[in-house]
This record gives sequence, structure tokens and C-alpha cells, in this order.
Amino acid sequence: MSTLPRKIGAEAIAEKGWLAAHKWLILRRVSQLGILAVFLAGPLLGLWIVKGNLNYSYTLGVLPLADPYVLLQSMLSGMLPEVLAIAGAGIVVVFYMLVGGRAYCAWVCPVNLVADGASLIRRHLGLRGGAHLPRTTRYWMLAMTLTVTVLTGTLAWEMLNPVSMLHRGLIFGMGMGWVVIVAVFLFDLFVVERGWCGHVCPTGAFYSLIGRASMLRMHLPRRDACNNCMDCYAVCPEYQVIKPALKAVDGAPPVILDAQCVNCGRCIDVCSKDVFAFGTRFGLSRNAGAQSQQPIEDARGGVS
Amino acid sequence: MSTSPHPDTAGRRRFIAETARMACGVGMIGVGLGLYARHAAALPPAAIRPPGALPEEQFSSACIRCGLCVRDCPYDILHLAKPQDPMATGTPYFVARQAPCEMCETIPCIKACPTAALDHALKEINKAKMGLAVLVAQETCLNFLGLRCDICYRVCPVIDKAITLDPQTNVRTGHHTMFIPVVHSEHCTGCGKCEKSCPTEVAAIKVFPLYMAKGQLSAHYRLGWVEKEKAGGSLVAPDIEHRYHTPEGMRYEYGKGLSTVNPSEAASGAPAQGPTVKALKGDKL
Repeated sequence: MSTLPRKIGAEAIAEKGWLAAHKWLILRRVSQLGILAVFLAGPLLGLWIVKGNLNYSYTLGVLPLADPYVLLQSMLSGMLPEVLAIAGAGIVVVFYMLVGGRAYCAWVCPVNLVADGASLIRRHLGLRGGAHLPRTTRYWMLAMTLTVTVLTGTLAWEMLNPVSMLHRGLIFGMGMGWVVIVAVFLFDLFVVERGWCGHVCPTGAFYSLIGRASMLRMHLPRRDACNNCMDCYAVCPEYQVIKPALKAVDGAPPVILDAQCVNCGRCIDVCSKDVFAFGTRFGLSRNAGAQSQQPIEDARGGVS
Repeated sequence: MSTSPHPDTAGRRRFIAETARMACGVGMIGVGLGLYARHAAALPPAAIRPPGALPEEQFSSACIRCGLCVRDCPYDILHLAKPQDPMATGTPYFVARQAPCEMCETIPCIKACPTAALDHALKEINKAKMGLAVLVAQETCLNFLGLRCDICYRVCPVIDKAITLDPQTNVRTGHHTMFIPVVHSEHCTGCGKCEKSCPTEVAAIKVFPLYMAKGQLSAHYRLGWVEKEKAGGSLVAPDIEHRYHTPEGMRYEYGKGLSTVNPSEAASGAPAQGPTVKALKGDKL
């Protein structure tokens, strides 16, 4: 591998064209910014499609959506919510059980934009590595926030939580919340690569637990076509999830089953060999197409 | 242990070391977070919660900081606390001097609340207890200065119940009446209209959270006149009749002084309406 930072996805752009090599990234930005725009349309334009924020929102007076993690904290501190909030949390839990819990991180959470920004600058400046922090830190954080909630009897984490602070701040007024967001940005930029979303955030940890058995998974229908360009590793925010499925470690099937995968689809974008595709937990996706049936069987054959 | 440890032992060691590191590192953050949360648990004096808000400790755990009450307030008086505010971040409040609660009959903020943070059992806005108005500045209250400002009394949505005007002699002039605004806690909703409307530079009447504004008698205190009414009469044994030691054939009456006793009266004994009789009948002595 050359020491100079190579442009990630250069091969894919040459092979598939810029648009196809950025398809999922663009869709994801549309989703993230679209959700923000719908929330902002009310206070800015008077167009009240949805009221509230990511903790709890009410869409068109019919659809309640609640963050199950925040609601769990409220219940742990001894308070029972009203029916709408329980229904809202139920809808969200079922949804992320199907599409992969951490799809929230990649497609909804506004902090992802901050983290991706830090990541982009890191790549441009050639900043590598940083302090070592285990990826399991987030589960410790999750346990800690729930414990502190029980001990103090108040939603302690909500006073600092950058996820709700950024989203609520953008819609209701940021105040000094910027400080926390800038801290997250600098932490990601200089201290730990993919530090917040990839190591610390308890919201992501909570959604990863919800999505452990989710239906929507990243498939590798053409994993034998991999030319080891390493672009998927370089672009993946949770690159440790790729190897087992790509390299058939311990006979792993060509599906990413790790709950840390955020289903962002950037690996599909940057791969010039079309190794990746969205699919279900069990079967092949339609994306994979008929021509990719053969390589999969080849790959499985190679393993057994 | 001079020999290199068994691979299993090494793995176990690494696991224990990592667990300890995480538990201690994240635990420290937890301690800081917990202390910070306790600090911000009390509500600052100027911040009033929306109608139906539970007591602060329960409120800050029931509220999920969604801002739906803020959105459904037709008068836009509610704000969500920002991180620098000395209260739980993201929780709703209003500042009476800026914009008081307009006391909507339908209480849309409570209807919007997806949790029990705002008590859905509250159906009458006049029963709300957002705070309590206190006339804090007797030195600058215009009515206390002898004027007929009366604004707080006039704007009160629960007029003549939550605020009454009690006439008192103006001892400065000697022949005027001062109409003193008196807040009655059982009727005051804490909406803050009085504070908002007070015409002085700094409001003489202010709304505070209940825990700050309301006093409480010790549990063993009894109000004599209330107990007397309940019992239907004086609870203490009637005082023995007071007797003046006057010269024989003389008597003393308050305001009249000494006088000679009428011989026929002296024969009939004690006067018919003595204090003992009054006390036994339950009258004020």
C-alpha cells in the first residue's frame, strides 16, 4: 500500500461513473437533510408537517414517533409516558428491527453529518489513527447512562446527549449547544478516528442492540471478485464488520451480520467490482441480480 | 510469574484489564454526569413550568424534551431550556415578565404532551398551579404608596379570588385608604399576568415556583378559630368571671368608672350577660 493517501473510490468512479459511485451517499444525505428540512419547515416556513424533535415527534397529527432510548430512560427514572409516546416508541423499535438498528445512525441522526465532516477533513489532511478506544465503549456508555438515570431519578444523559442537543438545537434554538457539537467534531478529528459515532455514542449502541436480528443486511454477492483495493475498509465507519463476510473468516456467509454495521451503503458506492449489495438477512437482494448467483455459489464452494 | 502466561490466561487478563479500564473510565464520566444532573435539578426562580407540570423532580424525569407543548402553545410563550440555562436542558418553561400564560381554556400544551410530565388530569385551567404570585416589593408597589394602580388585581384571570384588594388606613396621610393587593394561594394559578402587567420598572409582584413562594405551618399548628368552629364552641374551659375589688356598695364598669350599686340590683346578684355566659354560648370573648 502506498503511503500517500489515495483517493477512495477512484476506481469505482472510473468504472461506474461519479453518480453511480456516490449513489448511496447522495441518497443518505437526502434522507438526513430531508428529515431535518421537514422538521425545520414548521418553525421556519410555518409548514407544520411534523412537530417536535427526534426524542418525540408527531407527524400530520397522526403518526407519533418516539426515541425508545429516551423513553426507556424516562421509564427507568420512574415515570410512565402516555399512550402516544409508547405507540411512537413501538413503531420506531419495529422499524429498526427490520431495517437494521444503526440505520438510524447513517440515515437519520444529524450528528452523523458532523462525524462525516470530521472524517472527510481527516482524509484530506492525511490524519491517521489517534488515541485507542475500544469500540465496546459505547455499551459501557449505554449502561452508564441508564445507571445514572436510575440513581439520580432524572434524564441525566439528556443534558449532554449531542444527538438530541443538535437536533433540538437546530429546531428550537442552539444556545451553547454548539460547544458540545464542536467538541464532538474535534474529538473525531484529532482524538479518535470515528470517535463519537464509532466508539462512544450510547444512542448508536442502543439502536445496534435493537437491530441485532434485523432483516436488512449488507450482502457480498460477488465477494470473490474482490481485488483487495481496500476502499471499502477506508470508507466504512465500522470497518471491522467487513472482514468476516468479505474474507469468509471461519466460514462466514457473504452477509454482514455484525450489529455495528450502519447500513450506509458506502461500500457499494466505492467498490469497482460490485462486491456489495443490500439484501435481507436470509436471501439475496434483487440488486444482486441473476448474474451474481454464480459467484456466490463459487464463494460458498470455496469455503466448504 | 516468571514464565510466559498461558494464552488463555493472557486473554483473560486482557479481558479483565479492559473491563476495569472501561468501568473506571466510563464510571468517572457517569459520576460527573450524575453530579451535573443533580446541580441542575432545581428550577431557577424566573422559570415557570407550563400548566399541569409535575413537581420538579418528577417533571425532569417524565419530560422527554420533545417541545410539543412549545409548538402547541398558541401564544408562543414557552421555550426549551438551552444547555447554558441553569435547569434541565431541553425542558419547557416560560418567563412571566416576558410573556405570561394566557390560560387557554382547552390547555393545548397539556394535550400535546406525550408523557405524564404535564398532568393530563388537569381539565380546568383555573385549577393550574404553575407558581404563586408574591408581592415582593411593598416599598415600590404603587398601591402600597397609596395610589389606586390596581393593575395586578384587574388583569388577574381569577379576579377577586386570587388577588383581592384589602382596604387599610393610610397612616401617612391619616385620612386615606390604601388598597393592598393580597394574593390567595388557593386560587392563584401562577399564570404571571400580574407580574407581566406591573407598571413599575421592576415588577413589585412576581411569580415564583411553588416551592419557593409557599410557606407551610408546622404540622402540629391549629388555628383556634377554625377548631372552635369545628367543635361548635370554645375548646377551653370558660374563664372565671372577673371580679373587681370595689368598695362595698360600689361597682366598676369599663368606660364609666365607679358608681353606686342600685339597692334592688344588688339584691338580684350578678348581671345577666356576664363573660361566662357569653363564653358558654360560643361567642367571642
